[in-house]
Amino acid sequence: MAAFKILNPGLFTTIQDLGRFGYLKYGVPISGAMDTFSFVAANLLVANNPNDACLEITLIGPELQALARTQVAITGGLASPKINGQNVPMWETLGVQEGDIISFGRIVKGCRLYFSIRGGVNTPLVLGSRSTYVRGMLGGLNGRQLKTGDMIEVFAKPHLETRLSMSEELMPQFTGRFMMHVILGPQSDMFTEKGMQTFLSNSYKVTSEADRMGYRLEGPTIEHKSKAEIISDALLPGSVQVPRGGKPIMIMRDAQTTGGYPKIAVVVSPDVSLLGQARPGDIVEFSRITIKQAREKALEYYKLLKNLSNMLIKDR
Amino acid sequence: MRAGLYSSIRYMPFGDTALVVELGDAISLEVNSKVLALNEAVLKAKIEGIEEIVTTYRSLLIRYNPLKTTYEQLAFYIKDIAQVLEKKSVEIEGKKIIVPVAYGGEYGPDLSYVAKHHGLSEGQVVKLHSGREYRVYMIGFVAGFPYLGEVPDEIATPRLETPRLKVPAGSVGIAEKQTGIYPCEAPGGWRVIGRTPVKLFDPQQEPPALIKPGDRVKFKPISKKEFEIIGKAVLKGFCLHSFEE
Repeated sequence: MAAFKILNPGLFTTIQDLGRFGYLKYGVPISGAMDTFSFVAANLLVANNPNDACLEITLIGPELQALARTQVAITGGLASPKINGQNVPMWETLGVQEGDIISFGRIVKGCRLYFSIRGGVNTPLVLGSRSTYVRGMLGGLNGRQLKTGDMIEVFAKPHLETRLSMSEELMPQFTGRFMMHVILGPQSDMFTEKGMQTFLSNSYKVTSEADRMGYRLEGPTIEHKSKAEIISDALLPGSVQVPRGGKPIMIMRDAQTTGGYPKIAVVVSPDVSLLGQARPGDIVEFSRITIKQAREKALEYYKLLKNLSNMLIKDR
Repeated sequence: MRAGLYSSIRYMPFGDTALVVELGDAISLEVNSKVLALNEAVLKAKIEGIEEIVTTYRSLLIRYNPLKTTYEQLAFYIKDIAQVLEKKSVEIEGKKIIVPVAYGGEYGPDLSYVAKHHGLSEGQVVKLHSGREYRVYMIGFVAGFPYLGEVPDEIATPRLETPRLKVPAGSVGIAEKQTGIYPCEAPGGWRVIGRTPVKLFDPQQEPPALIKPGDRVKFKPISKKEFEIIGKAVLKGFCLHSFEE
């Protein structure tokens, strides 16, 4: 059933789920929600499955009109969503009536919002996922960002009797500073000791060249030993590539699957999700951890995601 | 080091969700064959926790579920498999795919440059490019893009200094000793010498890519007219994926 009509698409709004897994070997990136935690929370707040498709909104929100009575939730960065011009809270179940107009305003902290709809967005599965990969014109609504007049279809699911919300201490806070934990390698040996020091002890700024593929960072030049190219090999979201100029590039979810620049380090998976909220001008710093420490962080993070639905506040 | 192969395989962490197994530091048939053989052996072993494997020219990236296994455990298993494999000679057969290409003109805007750069005629470049069978070393960059090698030295040409913002789908290009095919429109700096009307990547198919690492590709020169005929058939949904011998 059609649940919403796009009156104005905002800056860049796409349909995403957790991602398209298993096709890297064919050159297809993982894609999926940039901020996994906020995405999963949005789904759980309308009692959807964690992988149901939602709208991912970037910096400037869209305007939508409800075509039926439904329930929605808004999570992610800090914005000022409104229903029919009245402020509504983020991080909780919101009831919507037919004809209601939902707006999001500008995102003032973080970079992305997730808008979940009870039942989940219904688009054809492409290679097992509904995530939009715009560069490859795959998934979502015809493989592209949403535009005015688009209809958002959802799967029908019974109305929730309970209103769900998330306690404040669980909500991520985006301060514009991102401390990223990294595991060095696979090509950390291509950098001088000085280069490695530079990388680990300085702040890097996210430039305006930042999108779902990756972020170019600006900051002190990281010194290579000699070569700044490798025989192209595989990339994953979180890879920190350093090309000849010595300025790092963060590889994100829609990036190409292979690349020819040395990777000084890779950001651990829970932090890649946080980094999905970085916006131009934000500061990124890198801190080295061991594989064992990374594993402990990952176990904690996945446990939190798994238990999140039980940690929501329920009231009638 | 034999033909770019390391005397001992390198194991490296790739963040907290993957492991890189690097067999050498060269673009060579020998290194790539070892990579593909190891890939097959690891897949066959059905190791708990492995989510997917990406093979490249000289390495494997093994993505795993950190809740089900650890870096150390996986590296241990794979060392074991690699050791057994070390004693065997490997031959990767792969399927042979004939890819029709209309060279030059609007389809291959850089053919004349490649010819001039090497003091050849356009016809000689076409003959050299289509005269040998290429090995598919890896798929990457964009969905379904095959990295093929290696072109004869006589036509190896450096990339464009400024990449094009849009290279049309089907474009066949040269970058140094590599040749490749753009499955979809993408930005790129390879010297485009021709275009194929066949569809290399179709997300509605399983697997979605026509060509996989280890396959052998041979280009067959076709006329502009043949290009149009095949192109129309492909649009109508005929499975003119390839002409296989």
